Amino acid sequence: MARVIVDVMLKPEILDPQGQAIARALPRLGFSGVSAVRQGKRFEVQLEGPADEAALAEVRKMAETLLANTVIEDYSVRVEG
Amino acid sequence: MSAARVGVVTFPGTLDDQDAARAVRLVGAEAVPLWHADHDLKGVDAVFLPGGFSYGDYLRCGAISRFAPLMDELIPAAKAGLPVLGTCNGFQILCEAHLLPGALTRNASLHYVCRDQKLRIEQTATAWTNSFAPGQEIVLPVKHGEGRYVASDETLAALEANDQVVVRYIGNPNGSLNDIAGIRNEAGNVVGLMPHPEHAVEELVGAPSTDGLGFFTSILKKLVNA
Repeated sequence: MARVIVDVMLKPEILDPQGQAIARALPRLGFSGVSAVRQGKRFEVQLEGPADEAALAEVRKMAETLLANTVIEDYSVRVEG
Repeated sequence: MSAARVGVVTFPGTLDDQDAARAVRLVGAEAVPLWHADHDLKGVDAVFLPGGFSYGDYLRCGAISRFAPLMDELIPAAKAGLPVLGTCNGFQILCEAHLLPGALTRNASLHYVCRDQKLRIEQTATAWTNSFAPGQEIVLPVKHGEGRYVASDETLAALEANDQVVVRYIGNPNGSLNDIAGIRNEAGNVVGLMPHPEHAVEELVGAPSTDGLGFFTSILKKLVNA
């Protein structure tokens, strides 16, 4: 049983007002030295079998179809070690 | 001649289907309820995708609705020329289904916006806006938290070049690129917009105008002349 992580982030050129709001809040809470924050989503996909190439291809297809809207978001797929 | 039949889709979490059906009836067409879980468009002449929070807006607005059984029928029908209008959540669904380009994301202000909104009709060569005069200014309610229209630079340039921007905000409420409130597909049968024509059809209920009626008289005119 492998676990595959899919990270979904807004494309760099798409404005992320939520990330900006977090970045603005940090100095008020005493955290300094942060120049920007961007917020994304993390999916933990539990596989029934091993994370072989076929399974990863299937997860990539899931990301492409449902987990990410590739019009505005990028995704990355990795196996949790 | 029998009345034009306009389907109104209900997903779990849809809010504006009754208003949409009422607006359809007000202009003399028949409103046909369509259920998200059916593989059946009931032979309608046009489809209205109303607003709300279909499937709780889980994952992204419209992301799950886009895969509803009814959408399996609607997507090919729309590509084949069936007139479809999506407002608010309906617009989000049309973008997620790739029937319209671009996407709708969190308002730049991060605030939910609920107000009467001044708009300009930019395109009258669509199934849903042919009753308006080009450049006509109207007022419709907007109510959304995720209505900021975004698209790649190439897509935006193509939308402008092909006259696919149908409605523009006068006083942008959400940070939409190029003040875009609504767009059409290349053929002009599919239109999506964030404002709500179905909430502006009768003064009795406190609507800011009856300008929304134009969208419904447009589709009727289109269907009768077809």
